[in-house]
Amino acid sequence: MAHVSTADHKQGIDWNGGNQPFKASWGKLMMWFFLVSDAFTFSGLLITYGFIRYSHNAYLGTAEAFKFSLDYWPLPDKVFEAVPFAPHGFHAPLVFVGIMTFILIMSSVTMVLAVEAGHRKDRKDVEKWMLWTILGGATFLGSQAWEWAHFIHGTDKGTIDAVTGTVINGANLIRNEYGPTPFANLFFFITGFHGFHVFSGVVINILIFYNVSIGMYDRPNRKLDEGAEQYEMVEKVGLYWHFVDLVWVFVFTAFYLI
Amino acid sequence: MGHTEHIHTTEIAKPNTAGIWRVFWILLGITALEFIVALAIPDSVISHGWKVVLYILMTVVKAAYIIGEFMHLSHEVKFLLYAIILPMSFIVWLLGAMIWESGSVYDSHESVKKKTEKAKGK
Repeated sequence: MAHVSTADHKQGIDWNGGNQPFKASWGKLMMWFFLVSDAFTFSGLLITYGFIRYSHNAYLGTAEAFKFSLDYWPLPDKVFEAVPFAPHGFHAPLVFVGIMTFILIMSSVTMVLAVEAGHRKDRKDVEKWMLWTILGGATFLGSQAWEWAHFIHGTDKGTIDAVTGTVINGANLIRNEYGPTPFANLFFFITGFHGFHVFSGVVINILIFYNVSIGMYDRPNRKLDEGAEQYEMVEKVGLYWHFVDLVWVFVFTAFYLI
Repeated sequence: MGHTEHIHTTEIAKPNTAGIWRVFWILLGITALEFIVALAIPDSVISHGWKVVLYILMTVVKAAYIIGEFMHLSHEVKFLLYAIILPMSFIVWLLGAMIWESGSVYDSHESVKKKTEKAKGK
């Protein structure tokens, strides 16, 4: 079949199939289009964040005098300032989230190294770099679990609700000590949705790592899509993994910096 | 089988990863710069509004390197590049529209609050 269409292509008949305007295999192209649709989903969530945030009061005082209140949106570097294993009440604004960002960028680098090794059909190298990527993803998930636990548990002092006079400690979907209710809700939804993507990525990475280790992609008689390389599954899962890193870049800016 | 694998291993090319590590250092550098702007520079030197502009610019540069180099999109056929990038222009429009609308929502909340306070005062 491929033979026939190549011959047709040479004669200038382009509508019988067998040629690739995008010079990418079917599977890779579909991964790209899936990522576009997933990018729309995340954009929807982040635009919602922007919309809700700017329809709430902003804090107008100085950073030094900042106190949590239900009346205005909190400053992110006052909310996220705890690190694991540090003494109680130790302030290290954005340090832990910085470490998490570094871990995710690093795991993106090891993923691209695995893809590069795949181009060279170097199974040992692909195994090594995929293992590092899986480890990085798992570390990120662990860090996020800690971050969530700390966010839910809250500070010792808490914040006084001016309407009811009760003290709020920590955060849930109904109220939180850091600011207006949607602040915690958006935190849970957006970082949770991203974390779920990281989790799926780790699971898919483990599957592909298994396939690499049993030598599936080295089998000479393995059927491939037209235009695909032997190790293209590594490249496809790599696209997904980079996308997860990319989303974190935007979540990080929207949630922790602005 | 063992024989073919032996031939196979001798054919493996040397890794060529200098470009990958260059992108890694750029990403790390920009992230470090974001932290410096957020934590070391007070709002009196660069106002919060300008900081937001800087954050967005740095984020876009980071995204461009991840998509272009790590995801290899800038080395693909131009048509594929545009098929991925152009749909994203709708997102930019939606973001702008929603931020604009949120200002109106805030203003109407405020005016309702003022009216109810006035009514209570009477």
